[in-house]
Amino acid sequence: MDPTLQTFENDVWWIALIKVLGVFVLLLLLTLFTINYERKVVARMAVRPGPNQVGPKGWLQSLTDGLKLPFKEEIIPRTADKVIYFIAPVISATCAFTAFAVIPFGPVVSIFGQQTALQVTDVPVSVLVVLACSSLGIYGVVLAGWASGSTYPLLGGLRSSAQMISYEVAMGLSIVAVFMMSGSMSTSEIVAAQGDGREVSLFGLDFTAPGWYAVLLAPSFVIYAISAVGETNRAPFDLPEAESELVGGFHTEYSSFKFALFFLAEYINMITVSALCTTLFLGGWHATWPITLWSGANTGWWPMLWFLAKVLLCLFVFIWLRATLPRMRYDQFMRFGWKVLIPVNLVWILLLATVRVLQTSDLEAQTRFTLIGAAVLVVVLVAVLWPSGKKAAPAPSLAEQIAARPQGSFPLPPLDLQVPPSPRVARQVAERQPADVSSDRSEV
Amino acid sequence: MEGYLGSYATLGLLLLAGVLFFTAAFGANRVLRPSAPADPFGKREPYECGLDPVGGDWAQAQIRYYVYAYLYVLFAVESVFLFPWAVVFDRPGFGVTTVVEMAVFVAVLALGILYAWRKNVLRWS
Repeated sequence: MDPTLQTFENDVWWIALIKVLGVFVLLLLLTLFTINYERKVVARMAVRPGPNQVGPKGWLQSLTDGLKLPFKEEIIPRTADKVIYFIAPVISATCAFTAFAVIPFGPVVSIFGQQTALQVTDVPVSVLVVLACSSLGIYGVVLAGWASGSTYPLLGGLRSSAQMISYEVAMGLSIVAVFMMSGSMSTSEIVAAQGDGREVSLFGLDFTAPGWYAVLLAPSFVIYAISAVGETNRAPFDLPEAESELVGGFHTEYSSFKFALFFLAEYINMITVSALCTTLFLGGWHATWPITLWSGANTGWWPMLWFLAKVLLCLFVFIWLRATLPRMRYDQFMRFGWKVLIPVNLVWILLLATVRVLQTSDLEAQTRFTLIGAAVLVVVLVAVLWPSGKKAAPAPSLAEQIAARPQGSFPLPPLDLQVPPSPRVARQVAERQPADVSSDRSEV
Repeated sequence: MEGYLGSYATLGLLLLAGVLFFTAAFGANRVLRPSAPADPFGKREPYECGLDPVGGDWAQAQIRYYVYAYLYVLFAVESVFLFPWAVVFDRPGFGVTTVVEMAVFVAVLALGILYAWRKNVLRWS
C-alpha cells in the first residue's frame, strides 16, 4: 500500500521514536560502510589492496577509526572563538541527520501491530525540508572556518560557502522539473507518481519501462547529478579541501570528536543526496522491471532492499568520479555553475512548462502554432543578438597577405632573404685572440 | 503526532533526539579523552605549516564572494516563487497565461544574470 500524507499524521509517538532511532542507526552504519566502500573501490581502481588489516578483509577499518577519534585530545587554537567553534560541527551534523527524515524507504508495513510507512515523516513540502537542511549546513562550514581563528580555515570556509551556494541554486532549479511532472513536493507522492511505468514491446519482448524521472526529465537529472557532487564538496569539485592549497579547508583546526562530526556530516550529506536522487529521479523504493515480474516485489519490507541498492549504486558513481577525474580549477568551476547550469536550467523549465500546458490545454491549432512560432522566434532572436565574447581574428601574416593578392600583381622579391653577417663583426672576431680553454693556466 | 502539524512534530522529535545524541556523545568524549594533556609553548597556535603564524587570524578575501552571495539571494528567492508555481501550473484553471507570466518573471531574473555576466562579475580572475 502506498503511503499518503494522512499516514504520517496518524503515527503513534513511540512508532515515530522507533523510526527516528532506526534512521540514526541506519545512517551511522551506512556512513561506516561508505567510508570502507569508498576506500576499497578507489583502491581497486588504482590496483592496490586498500584497507585489509582490521576485521574480515578490512571491513572494520572505518569503525576502528571512528572509535579512535573520541579518545583523542582536543586542541583548540588560542585565537578561536570558543562558542562558535563548538556550535559549528553540531550545526553541520544536525542538518545532515535531519534531512534524511523525509526520505521514503518503503510502503506501509506493520511494526508491532501498528500500520506505518517506512519513512520517518512526510510533510507537503518535504523536498524543501531537504533543501533547507543542506542550506543550513553551509552555516556549519562557514562558521567553522571563521571561528577557528586561523587563515587557512577562513579561506577554505569562504570558498566552500561560495561553491555550495552556487550549486545549491542549480540543484534547486533542477528539482523544479520534478515538481512540475508530479504536481507535488512531498517525497512519498513523488515516488508514487513514478510508480506506474508504460508497457513497452521491444523485439517481441513485453516489459514495463520504468516511469523514472531520470528518463523523462533527463536534463534535470544530469544537472542534479552534477550539482549534487558540487554541493557535497566531492571530487572533482573538492576545492574547499584542496590539500595542496588549503591544508584541510574549513576543518583544519578541528580535532577529536568535533572533527569526527564534520567527517560524519560529509558522508551523511553524500548519502542524503544519493537518497534524494533515488527518490526524485530513480523511482524511489519501487522495484524496476525484471524484479516486478515477481508480484510481491513492492510489498512489505522488500522495497527497502531496492532502495538501498539504488543508493549504493549512486554512491558508487560518486566514488568512481573521485577515482577518475582530476580536480577542477576554481574559476572554471564557478563559470560552469553560473554560466552553464543555471541558464540551461531556466530555459529547460520554461520549455517543459510550455510543452505540458500545450498538451493539456484545449487551444485551437492556430493559437498553438502562433505560440510555438513566437517561442522559436524568441530563441532565434536571442541566438542572433547574443553578445559574442570572441575577440577579433588576429591580423593575417605576411605570407597570408601575399597569397591573398589577386592574379597578375607585381612580382615580389624573394621573402626568405637572409641578411649576410656584417664584415665588421668578422674583423672584430679575427682581431681578438682566440680563447684557449685547454692551455695551461700557469703560463697566463 | 495527530493532525496536520503531527508530521512536523516528528521533525521536532528528530531534533530533540539529535540534541540528546550530541549531549551524550560530547559527554562521552569529555570522559574518554586525556584529562590533563601537556601544554607546551606554541601548541595552541593556529596551523601555519609548521612556521610561526605571521599576522592576525584574518586574511584578505576577494570582494567577489560578496557579489556571489547577492546572486544567491536573487536565485534563492526566485526558487521560492518557482516551487509553488511548478506544483499548480498545469491544474485546471491555470494554463498558458500562468506559463507566460512565469516566463516574464524568469526573463527579468535572466536579465539580472546577463548583466552580471557582461559586467564580468562571473569571471573569476
